[in-house]
Amino acid sequence: MSEAILKVDGLKTSFFTDDGEVPAVDGINFSVNEGEILGIVGESGCGKSVTSLSIMGLLPSPPGKIVGGHIYYKGEDISHAKESRMRKLRGNDIAMIFQEPMTSLNPVFTIGDQLIEAIRLHNHLSKQALTDRAVELLKLVGLPRAKELLNEYPHELSGGMRQRVMIAMAMSCNPKVLIADEPTTALDVTIQAQILDLMVKLNKETNTAIIMITHDLGVVAQMCNRVVVMYAGKVVEEGDVKDIFNHPKHPYTEGLIQSIPDLYGKKDKLYTIKGSVPKPGSIRQGCLFAPRCEFVMDKCKENTPELLGDSHKSRCFLHQEQA
Amino acid sequence: MSEPLLQVENLKKYYPIKSGGFGKVSETVRAVDGVSFSVQEGETLGIVGESGCGKSTTGRMIMRLIEPTEGKIVFNGKNLMDLSKGEMRKARKDIQMIFQDPFASLNPRHTVGHIIEEPMIVHKMGDRKQRQKRVEELLELVGLSAYHAGRYPHQFSGGQRQRIGIARALAVRPKVIIADEPVSALDVSVQSQVLNLLKDLQKQFNLTYIFIAHDLSVVRHISDRVGVMYLGKIVELSESENLYNHPNHPYTKALLSAVPVPDPEVKTQRIILQGDVPSPAHPPAGCTFHDRCPVAMDICSKERPHLKKLDDGRMVSCHLFH
Repeated sequence: MSEAILKVDGLKTSFFTDDGEVPAVDGINFSVNEGEILGIVGESGCGKSVTSLSIMGLLPSPPGKIVGGHIYYKGEDISHAKESRMRKLRGNDIAMIFQEPMTSLNPVFTIGDQLIEAIRLHNHLSKQALTDRAVELLKLVGLPRAKELLNEYPHELSGGMRQRVMIAMAMSCNPKVLIADEPTTALDVTIQAQILDLMVKLNKETNTAIIMITHDLGVVAQMCNRVVVMYAGKVVEEGDVKDIFNHPKHPYTEGLIQSIPDLYGKKDKLYTIKGSVPKPGSIRQGCLFAPRCEFVMDKCKENTPELLGDSHKSRCFLHQEQA
Repeated sequence: MSEPLLQVENLKKYYPIKSGGFGKVSETVRAVDGVSFSVQEGETLGIVGESGCGKSTTGRMIMRLIEPTEGKIVFNGKNLMDLSKGEMRKARKDIQMIFQDPFASLNPRHTVGHIIEEPMIVHKMGDRKQRQKRVEELLELVGLSAYHAGRYPHQFSGGQRQRIGIARALAVRPKVIIADEPVSALDVSVQSQVLNLLKDLQKQFNLTYIFIAHDLSVVRHISDRVGVMYLGKIVELSESENLYNHPNHPYTKALLSAVPVPDPEVKTQRIILQGDVPSPAHPPAGCTFHDRCPVAMDICSKERPHLKKLDDGRMVSCHLFH
C-alpha cells in the first residue's frame, strides 16, 4: 500500500455572505495516494470545486474561509499555511488545471511567455535552458510545431490545444499532485478523449497523482482508481471505482448512475432523482439527501448518518443496517 | 410510407468574410453546406455533432430565425422559403423552439405567467381569461404548479426554468418542436427528469421533435433516427439502434468510441482522432473528414462523397460505401 501523499481531514469551508455563513464544504475526509487517480464526482453546488480551491489555498477570501479541519501534504498541515509557503508548494508540488481553457490563459502574452514564466518561478535556469524546457513540455503534451507555438497567442489555438498548454504549464515543475477541475467539460468528445488519454499517459509516466473533479460519471469510470461522491458539501460515498459502479451503497450514487442514458442499449424511461440539490445550509437536521431519497426512513430525518465502512464507505443508514 | 411532416432539402448557410476597406468578400464560411433530411409526424430526429458542425444553425434555419442562403424547407406541403416575413411569423405557431440556456432564454423582468402567455398573445389565441387558464394548465403539465405563474425566472432552478421554456413552446400547440441542446446545461439527475418529460409530452400530443445535442447518449435515448453532422454536412443518417450498434462512417465510429462509458468494466477501444475540426472557411478538398480519417484512401482527398442510401436504408457519405 502506497503512502497517502495528500490527506484532507474534516475540511470545512464556509462562505460568509450577507445572509450569514454558508457551509459549502462541510467536514470532508479523503486521501490521495502517490500515483493514483482519484475522482471526485457530484452535481453543481456540491462543493467539489471549493474543495480543490481550499487545497490550493486559492479560496477567494473574504468571503470564503476554511473554518475547520486540516489538509496534510506529505504530513505537513497546509490548511492555514502562509502565502509564501503556498506559493512554493503551488506548481512545484501541487498543480491545478481549470475548466475554461479559454479564460485561464492571458490573451496578451504569447504561449512561450506564459509557459516560461511558470518554469522560471520555480527553477533557476538560463534563458536557453528555459526555452528548451518549454519546447520539451509542449512536445510532452503532444502539441505539434512546439517551437513556433511559443510565439503564438492563445487566440490562435483551439480549445483542445489550449487545454494541452495548461497541462504543460501544470506539469512544468513535475508536481506530485495534479488537481484537474472539470478539465474536459468545455471540450468536444473527440477532443476530450485526446486530453483524457494524455492525462492517463502522464500519470503513468511521471507517477503524478491526479485528483479528477468532474460531474461526468463516464470520465470517472474510464479514468479513476478510486472515487469520492459528494453531495451538498459532504462525502456520501467513497470506494474503489468498480465497487462504486457495481455495488453503489448510497441511494444518491445509485440514482446518478441510473439516470444516465445508455449509449449501447435503450431504456424506455430514465430513472430520475426527484427534486434538486438543496441550497447549502438549508437542511439543518438529518440526512441531507433524505428529501429526495426513495428509501427514506423515519430516522433519516432526525439523525445524520456517519461515513462508515472500510475500503468502501457510505453515509447511509440503509446500508449500515444491512451490514 | 406517409408524406413527411417536414422536409429539408439542400439547406445551405454561407457567411461571407469581409476584408479590406470596401467590404470586399474574400472568403465564405460554409456553416451549413447542403443538409437534407425529412421528419415524419410523431417522430424524433436527433442531430449530433461537435461544436461548429452547423447543427444549431440548421435548427434555427428551419424556423428561419437564420435566413438560409439556399435550400427548401417543406412543412405540411408548403415551402417555408416562399413565405413573407409576416406569413412566416404565423407559420411559427406550428414550429416552436426550446433553447439551451435556461438562464438566458427567459426574460428576467417578466413573470413566468407572462412568459408562457406571450406566444399566445402574439398568435392572438383566446381572450385573457382563457389564456390564463391555459398558462395554469401548461404549468401543471410540465410538472410545476399553477401558483408559479406569479413568480420570476430567478426564483427557479435550472431544471425548473427549462420546464418553463418547454411550457412556453407548448403554449401555441405546435406540431414540431426544435430542441437545441435542451439538457446540456443541466445536472444528470435533473437532465433525466427533463428528458422523461419531453418523451411523455411527445406521446400525449403526438409531437414531432428535432433534437439537437452534442451528447450522444442523450440523443440516442430520445431519438428514433439520428443524423451525424461534421463540418456543415450530414455524414451519416439512420435509425438510432442501427447507427449506435453498427456505425458505418469512420467519423461516427470515432465519435461513439470517444464517449466515456460510465462502467469501469467496459474498456472501450477508443479511436483517437488526430487534430481538431478544420475551419469551415477552409474545408479540406474532397471529403472534409479525410485529413483526420484513420482509413482515408487516395480518392478521399480528391472527390467529395455524397450522402447515399445503402440497401438497409441507412444513409452514409463515405467512399468506403460507394
